[in-house]
Amino acid sequence: MIFGAEFPPLSHIVNWPEFFGNDVWGVNKVVLVYLFAVILTMLVFVLGNKKQLVPTGAQNFAEIAVEFVEEGIVMDTMGPEGRKYTPLLLSFFFFIFFCNIFEVVPVIQMPATARIALPLVLALIAYFVYHGSGIKEHGPLGYFKHALIPPGVPAALLILILPIEFISKFLVQPFSHAVRLFANLLAGHILLVTFAVLSASVWSASPVAVILPLPVFGVIAFVAFEIMVSLLQAYVFTLLAGVYINAAISHEH
Amino acid sequence: MSLSVLAQEAAAEGITNTGLAALTYGIGALGPGIGIGYLVGQSVQAMARQPEAAGMVRTTMFLGIAFVEALALIGFVVFFLAQA
Repeated sequence: MIFGAEFPPLSHIVNWPEFFGNDVWGVNKVVLVYLFAVILTMLVFVLGNKKQLVPTGAQNFAEIAVEFVEEGIVMDTMGPEGRKYTPLLLSFFFFIFFCNIFEVVPVIQMPATARIALPLVLALIAYFVYHGSGIKEHGPLGYFKHALIPPGVPAALLILILPIEFISKFLVQPFSHAVRLFANLLAGHILLVTFAVLSASVWSASPVAVILPLPVFGVIAFVAFEIMVSLLQAYVFTLLAGVYINAAISHEH
Repeated sequence: MSLSVLAQEAAAEGITNTGLAALTYGIGALGPGIGIGYLVGQSVQAMARQPEAAGMVRTTMFLGIAFVEALALIGFVVFFLAQA
């Protein structure tokens, strides 16, 4: 109970009952969001692939979006040799964005990324891709040398540097990559729920409460804020995947 | 004194675990708050001084924010773990 408002426990706002089926094969709201996001991501690929020279309608939009990812993320983080990773980063960006944006879509209002499962799987895919391409580029031994020994470190310090680099590159990096996306969206979801609960309780308490419309403005402002956050988090996740791939495949020393 | 003993004493005095967790998250958010403020402030200064480098500065800024923000977000997750 906060200010007389009954706030639902955390498990009630991220757990959803199944529409049909049960256990592993059950389809609930989150699975539905996955399906929508997959379909929408495929749509972007199909529209962006059209060979029409003068784009019209949705193709226009898809081409701008694809160019944004290619120029703003791939070229910025990896340069021209990163072009072969464009499809991967493109699907990361759009899949995460569409999963996030269902946070503010009426009726659904549940970001699929607010459950740790999806960010974790995506971070693990990125993890295997960047370590895999690093091993392919440098060879197994060469890659570990490249990843664990920063250039210009005196040999005496290696005993200190090696464990730190190993823990940060192989253990903490995927964890923080996943938690960043998950916690941002969970926090946003809780924020919206909190303000919605507050508005509802103010609305129903008494007619005098009309002079206290603050939570309603809060909901409106935070919906706009969450649209920005879902775009930004998709961008940050993709950007970091690009940075990690670049760190794995680069030849600086 | 171990953390659980502290928590028990706090509970006996009427301070709930939830309250402690919330307070701890507040403390944990201080550092990243200062960090992001400094980071964005310096980036804005850099963009104002050299507008032609704005694109590069912006990308690096978001990258830095993502790294700093992770600390606060881990605190946020720990808050829910501690609350239970």
